[in-house]
Amino acid sequence: MGLRTPLYDSHVAANARMVDFGGWDMPVNYGSQIEEHHIVRRDAGMFDVSHMCVVDLAGRRTREFLRHLLANDVAKLKVPGKALYSCMLNEAGGVIDDLIVYFLSESAFRLVVNAGTRDKDIAWITTHAQSYGVSVTPRTDLAMIAVQGPNARTKAATLLGDYAAAALQVPTFAGAAFGRYFVARTGYTGEDGWEIMLPATEAPGFWQRLVDAGVAPCGLGARDTLRLEAGMNLYGNDMDEGVSPLESGLTWTVAFEPLERSFIGRAALEAQRAHGNLRRFVGLVLEERGVLRGHQKVIAGAAGEGELTSGTFSPTLERSIGFARVPAATGDTVQVDIRGKLLPARVVKLSFVRNGKPSGDVAAAH
Amino acid sequence: MTTPANLKFLKSHEWARTESDGTVTIGISDHAQNALGDLVFVDVPEVGKTLKSGEACAVVESVKAASDVYSPVSGEVVANNDALSATPELINTDPYGAGWIARIRPTNAAEIAQLLDAAAYDQVVAAEAH
Repeated sequence: MGLRTPLYDSHVAANARMVDFGGWDMPVNYGSQIEEHHIVRRDAGMFDVSHMCVVDLAGRRTREFLRHLLANDVAKLKVPGKALYSCMLNEAGGVIDDLIVYFLSESAFRLVVNAGTRDKDIAWITTHAQSYGVSVTPRTDLAMIAVQGPNARTKAATLLGDYAAAALQVPTFAGAAFGRYFVARTGYTGEDGWEIMLPATEAPGFWQRLVDAGVAPCGLGARDTLRLEAGMNLYGNDMDEGVSPLESGLTWTVAFEPLERSFIGRAALEAQRAHGNLRRFVGLVLEERGVLRGHQKVIAGAAGEGELTSGTFSPTLERSIGFARVPAATGDTVQVDIRGKLLPARVVKLSFVRNGKPSGDVAAAH
Repeated sequence: MTTPANLKFLKSHEWARTESDGTVTIGISDHAQNALGDLVFVDVPEVGKTLKSGEACAVVESVKAASDVYSPVSGEVVANNDALSATPELINTDPYGAGWIARIRPTNAAEIAQLLDAAAYDQVVAAEAH
């Protein structure tokens, strides 16, 4: 038996198909995964993301500590509530985890880290926090529910009573506390929405009231196809401790400026940049019928070979899409080895779908 | 869905039905399609191909994963289900009917008799669920 979130019984009662995900028993779907995907793109769906871990940091030197710990620079966070996406690197520049950090106050920041990496994350953070006098508190007393989709916020706001109007004012990529709830305008789907942190004991009731408000339960299956369409990385698939963020499509999250900021992994990343010839992290759209999957081989002609890191069928585009790490000189088209057949795929920039519509290179081709 | 009594099964969730002309139609069970979830791609065996029983002869892919389909019988593929190319979800909606995968002219009739009957297959499914 795996770990269970406070919503485990709710999922089982709703006939969810439960699977193991990073040691947790999680719902993969409640019926049709594709319908759950479309509900999030068109209306409002919700995900139990209580397996992810909220970690609160406190202490006078917390900002200084995070400027050392994270590859992105929390100096960018100037307004309380504002959030930042960052990688946490090891000294070799490998990715220990990707996370979101919220600036609550000068002496309090909140991290949300992945489920499968929580133990090593907490150990790493705690080790490095000591010399800064920063306390590290995993908030296992909290559950987290992501409501996502064009109508998600307005539907979920009906549960917040007197807080509703203020909660609807929370700007993109920021969060705020409303009584026992922490409402963050973040997500992993490419749609508008909230991630709501709340006391674990209240989660089943809150979940049921969201159902009553017309928010559809969605499983990890739809969460994966949504994040792939949105061009968002999944830790463990698209990057891990063995690869650099510079080869994982995450260069935009690494703050090399200001030059004097010394963060863990900086020296390794600078050496990689100086060496050059870094592999590119690209989107692929399969031109024929079939399904791209992680670990399939990518043949990029004279440029060499690469590998799919994630792949799926895109319910919005009705064709297969994926992410791949490919040689620097890769052109506009590649071939993918799918069970011994070489099928053509187009190389595109990430992402594929944003706010319900094809985006980027995919939109241009439509 | 009740398992049709006129079908025979492999433990690996393929079904086989002997037609009046002696050919054998194959597909995957309702339990299998339910476990796979929404199907998005089916790679059917080419007509004329010779199959051995127990050999992987088709691939069904859901949003989640790809799975091999094993042939319940040996023989030659005489037809495949073209409709699955555009509408793989037929396997989800009608696994024992419109969601058939291929028709095979069997070379060894004894193989059919060795397959599980519907009741035995139901027990396999029940045992997996335990």
